[in-house]
Parts: sequence; structure tokens; C-alpha cells
Amino acid sequence: MTPLDALPSAIPASGDWLPVLFMAIMGLAMLAYVLLDGYDLGVGMWMARADARERDVMVASIGPFWDANETWLVLGVGILLIAFPRAHGVVLGALYLPVALMLFGLTLRGVAFDFRVKARDEHQLLWNRLFIAGSLLASLAQGWMLGRFVTGFAQGLWPQFFAGLIALSLVAAYLLLGASWLIIKTEGALQRRAVEWAKSAWPVVVIGIGLISVATPLISLEVRERWFSMPGFIALLPIPLITLGALIALRSVLNSKLVSERFCALPFWATVVVFAMAGIGLAYSLFPYVVVDRLTVWQAAASRESLQVILFGTLLTLPAIIGYTVFAYRVFRGKASELSYG
Amino acid sequence: MDAALSSLMLSRLQFAANISFHILFPTITIALGWWLLFFRWRWVRTRDERWLLAWRFWTKVFALTFALGVVSGITMSFQFGTNWPGFMERVGNIAGPLLGYEVLTAFFLEATFLGVMLFGHDRVSERTHLIATFLVAFGTTVSAFWILALNSWMQTPAGHEVIDGVYHVRSWAEVVFNPSFPYRLLHMLLASGLTATFLIAGLTALRQLRGTASPAAPLVLRAALTVAAVLVPLQIVAGDMHGLNTLEHQPQKIAAIEGVWHTERGAPLVLFGWPDEAARTTHLAVEVPRLASLVLTHEWDGELRGLNEFEGAHPPVAPLFWGFRVMVGVGLLMLAVSWLGLWQLRRADWEPSRLPRAWLQALRFMSFSGWVATLAGWYVTEIGRQPFIVFGELRTAQVVTSTPPAHIALTFSVYLVMYVLLIAAYIAVLRYMSEKPLASPAQSQTGRVIAQTGHDANLPQGAQP
Repeated sequence: MTPLDALPSAIPASGDWLPVLFMAIMGLAMLAYVLLDGYDLGVGMWMARADARERDVMVASIGPFWDANETWLVLGVGILLIAFPRAHGVVLGALYLPVALMLFGLTLRGVAFDFRVKARDEHQLLWNRLFIAGSLLASLAQGWMLGRFVTGFAQGLWPQFFAGLIALSLVAAYLLLGASWLIIKTEGALQRRAVEWAKSAWPVVVIGIGLISVATPLISLEVRERWFSMPGFIALLPIPLITLGALIALRSVLNSKLVSERFCALPFWATVVVFAMAGIGLAYSLFPYVVVDRLTVWQAAASRESLQVILFGTLLTLPAIIGYTVFAYRVFRGKASELSYG
Repeated sequence: MDAALSSLMLSRLQFAANISFHILFPTITIALGWWLLFFRWRWVRTRDERWLLAWRFWTKVFALTFALGVVSGITMSFQFGTNWPGFMERVGNIAGPLLGYEVLTAFFLEATFLGVMLFGHDRVSERTHLIATFLVAFGTTVSAFWILALNSWMQTPAGHEVIDGVYHVRSWAEVVFNPSFPYRLLHMLLASGLTATFLIAGLTALRQLRGTASPAAPLVLRAALTVAAVLVPLQIVAGDMHGLNTLEHQPQKIAAIEGVWHTERGAPLVLFGWPDEAARTTHLAVEVPRLASLVLTHEWDGELRGLNEFEGAHPPVAPLFWGFRVMVGVGLLMLAVSWLGLWQLRRADWEPSRLPRAWLQALRFMSFSGWVATLAGWYVTEIGRQPFIVFGELRTAQVVTSTPPAHIALTFSVYLVMYVLLIAAYIAVLRYMSEKPLASPAQSQTGRVIAQTGHDANLPQGAQP
């Protein structure tokens, strides 16, 4: 039985594809956010382990990008609000407190980013600490929210425990992403430290993915049926296999000498692959729900006219956004150098 | 009922705190972006190093201000859903695309090119850098366009129909260019111009007072006072037009501002007084006979509709009455300071160092005057929309969250503490940046030398992230 057969009443006869398309755009925006802000949150958390000089270089490696990285979160939640207004209220209402915690975290680190160099010397340590704490708080809150979302905001001890597991795993994954980013953008002693950091985050990520893979089918009947019925099981096999391959490749390249030179970008891209596979797996587990077991994309969607208007704008602007984002990353390619206004 | 009421009040307070905090920063950055473009453009054209110094100082202010605007803006985008779920459910078809276009056409543009503008000067050509600076300024302005379109639509809704309680668009042109939009956009852009300009003049004066003035001070102060002297009269005209537009579409807002309790002909202009909503009268009113009618209807005998015609559906009187007077008062102060200040600076041969100290103090005192006027004005217009969220059609109480009041009270108090501390830190850091002696060219500001790839052997003065 395919999952869609279970929901005959929820799918409009016309097979309206607009809400599905917006679900895909929203998913991609969220994935872009998690990857882009993920690395700079990760770098922020690693600053706890770095000395003052290293901190400046680490901030320089994310300085030109973090504003734009966070904009993907606004786009993701924006599409939720625009395309699925009914789900927007339900999701954000159920996540009221963790959303607030995430926002406190993002606010603190966003402002600390500038204050840490512009404030008086004796206050700089405080802003550095707030930068680190804000990065950690935002990451934990995001993981917790994802965990709550996946279980459809189920009550009880196990779903809470599950959310806690995802929160910790996401922190570990951001740490891996952040360390991998630093391997690309730094050199010398700091780069060697970043390799060590990536090595220390790797087993935690592996354990996290393993536990989530075991726990999700246990906690959700829906997921169990979708993943472990033939022939779907075989069709889906590439997802865990690619994840496994990427994780192994990542670990072996971290051991190689070439990680500081030719292959310095490889750990980052391997982590990206892991995130992308997790994203695809998540999408397959949840579709067509926007709120698990409550609202499908069609039930939650805004009016057709509104979706068309915003689709027009999206198709027009998204290529431009991607274009100038690539431009900005090209401008600042290579190793991070000290940031200077001029 | 009680619980719903306090969730409503707490949500309103929390949203008000958030939006008040947020608006402080875009109000500066919208116009400061154009100022930066001006500084950079003058530097490119004249190669006069002083313009570059001005650019360096004000890009730092811009970066800090922009960061505060971004983080508080993200918070707002979430609070629509966490506190006003009914708003998006009912009005999502209209509010959604307007916010969406803001993200797609403005947020990414400004945030991405901000990086190039701030840190890319030695990585791209001067021309590309100038274009990046333009795109940042343009992005902030486009952002104002979309968000004010939505805000104005909530004040003077048009171009829609309501089917089963859900709003649907009939004409996007009418939704975007709704009756109050052109006036509000103009009024806000001028407010931003004044806020940034008085900040520039104020901090330049502060640096002069502290003996940390940059060689750019004469150029910057002359430009700032000239712009202010032009913008204030324009703002007074724009404000008057906006008021007349409000009288046409939201007469109860005007009635509350003017304290007109009963419909009357030849209404007096109340300069000061104590509005008492329980007794429905203004105590100790100091009035100019017939002036309100003259100003608003351009006739001595013109009729003004009073609050008695809108009982149960008009905004609270005191905040509008006071908010309006604060805004106008600060505006008149700005008029005096900009014109007299310009005259004084001219008498001092355009040398700020020769300005009387009292004048430098006056300019410094006015540094954040734009914030006061802008907030007061926004309180008038937003509290003036109550008890509706979509004016005349949808009440705020109908769309509020069912989140327990205790949760909202908790987040509200944390937000409040955080905002107060951040505003204090922001002002303290601007002050610190102004009072700090100019760094010597060879040294980075933090005093640390970072051995990095030899990309830029000659680090510019004030090099720092």
C-alpha cells in the first residue's frame, strides 16, 4: 500500500500540483538554511574551543555570509506562512516556546557578531561568550523543533525524548559542518584543529543518525509502513547507502594528509550529502502532511490565486538570488583573511 | 474569557515591544544606505580621502544597525504565526504574497550584497563595489515598499473580497496601492532620512566635542545639516497630506488625535490637555478656537466627526493624543535645529570646530530624535487602528493565539529585558566608537595582527570584522 492510498479524501480530484510544488520549494529553502546557517552556527559553537586570534579568523570565515544565510530561514518560514497559512499557525503555536528560544539564540549571536569587535575591550569577552551561547541555543532549539514536528507534536515521554535526541544530533551535525567549513577556509594550525574537531564530531553524528533511524519507525507507525514494505524498501535503499558511503568517505579523508590541501572541500561536501539524504528521507516520511496526521499540503494551502502570484515572483527571483549568492561566495573564495572595512 | 483577554493584551504588548525594537534599526539603515552610497560615490569621484574616512566610520555603524534589524526582523516573521495565527488564516492570501515579495526581492538582495559592500572592497572592482553599495540601499528601500504596502492595507483595506471569513484578492494593484499607501511610504522614507541624518549630525558633533573628530567632519556635517534642512519642511508637508488622507479614511483616528469627543463645526485645536476617556472629555485643555477645523478641512466652519459616532469601535484616546504631540513637537525641534544649525555652521565658515559648543551640544542632544518621532508616529497610527487588525473589518481579538498567557508573559519578559539591554548596548557602542581616538593607519583596531594569507598587505585603517 502506498502512503497516498491512505488519504483518498484529502487529495483533490484535480490533482492540484501547486501546493506540492510549494512544499518542495519550502523543503529546499529549509535545506539551504540548515546547510548555510548550519555551518556558521557550527563555527560559532567551536569558538568555545578557540583562542582570541583563532576566533577572529573563524568569524572572518563566516562574516560576509551569515546575514544572507539566515535569510533562508525567513524564506522557509515565509513560504510556510504564504503557501500554508493554516499550518503556519498550528506549527508555530505548538512550538511557541522553542521558537522563542531559537529567536533569543539567533538574536544574541547576530548582535554579538558585531558587538564583539566594536565594544570596549573589557566587554569583548562577554560578547564572545554570548556569540557561542547563542549559537548553541539556536541549534538545540532547531533540533528540538524538528523532533517535535516529526512526531506531530505527540505528547508523552518518548516523543519528548525523541525530540531531545534530534536536538543533540543536530548540534553534532552542525559542529561537523562548521568544522568542515573551517577546513576549507583556514590553514595551518587552525586547520589542523578543525580536522580534529571534525573527527570528534563524526562519531556523535553517526550514533545520532543510527539512533534516529531506529527510533523513528518505532515511534511512528506511518514511517514504519512507508519504509519497510516491499518493494518500497528496495527503492529506498540508496538513501541509507549513500549516507553511509558519505560518512565513511568523510572519515577516511579526515585521516588523510590531503585534507589540508587538495581535498579540503571534501569533508564539507560529504556532510552536505548526509544532510541532503536526511532531508529526502524526511520528506518521504512526511509527505503529503504539513502537520503530521492533521493537515495535508492541500488542506493547508492558500488560495490558488495567491499561490500563482507568489510562484510567479519565486520563479522570477529565485534564480537571481541563487546567482548573486554564488557571486558573493566567489568574491570571498579561498582562505579567510582578516575582515576590513574600506 | 479572562484568559483570552490577557493572551490578547500580552500578545499585543509583546508584538508592540518587538516591532518597536525592530523599527528603530531599519529606520536608520534605509536612509543610511543611501548616505553610504553618497560617501563612496564622492570618494570615487573626488579621491578626497575624507569621504573614505566618512564611509569607513558609517559602514561600521551600518553593519551593527543592520545586524540588529535582521535579528529582530526574523523574530517578527515568527511572531505572526506564534501570536496571531488567525491573522494569517484569514488574511494570509493578501499578507503572504506581500511578505513573500519582500523576502524575495529585498531581504536576499540586501543581505548578500551587504557582505560584498562591507568586506569586499579589495576583492572586487571599485565599480562593482559601488553597485553592491547601491543594491544594499535599494534593497532596504524595496523592503520598506512591501512592508508598508501590507501595513497600509491593514489601515485602509482595498481590492479584496471576503468569502467564508477568508480574504481573497480581487486586484493586486488596489491591494498594494491602497488609499493610504503612497502617503505612508513617503512619510516613512522621509522619517528614515531624518533619523539617519540627525544621527550623522549628532555623532559628528559628539566627536567634535570629545576631540576625536575625523578630518571628514566639515564635509559630513555640512551635508547632513543641508539634507536635514531640506527634509524637515518636506516631512511637514507630507505629514499634513497623510493626516488629510487619514481624516478621509479613518476619521476616528483623527478624532482621537485631536481629542474631538463630539461631532462639531469649527472645532478648536487642542494644544495640550488631559484626555479622560471615562468622562469623555479633555481636562485643562489649552485650545486655539476653530483651528482644528481649519487645518483639517481648510474651512473655519468645517465639521469634524467626533468619537461619539464610533463608540465601541474607536482607538484609546490618550496614547494617540500624546503620541501625536510628541511627534509634532520633535518635528518642530528638528526644523529649528536644522535651519539654525545650518546658519550657524555657515557663520563658522563650515568648520565644525568653530561652532559654538552649545550648538554642538544641541546637535548631539538630537542624535536619536528621529527614533522618538518615528516611534511616536507609529504608535499613533498603529494604536489608532485598534480595536481592529484589518481596519473596520477584522478585530484583533478575533485572530489572537490560544497559547496560555503564562507562556506569553514569560517570553514577553525575556524579550523585553533583552531589547532594553540591546538598545543600551547599541547606544553605548555608538558612543564608544565616536569617543575612541582615530586608529593609526598601520594598526588594526583590535591591536591584534592576524597572520593570514597575504591578500592585503596594507590593511586599511580600522581594519576589523
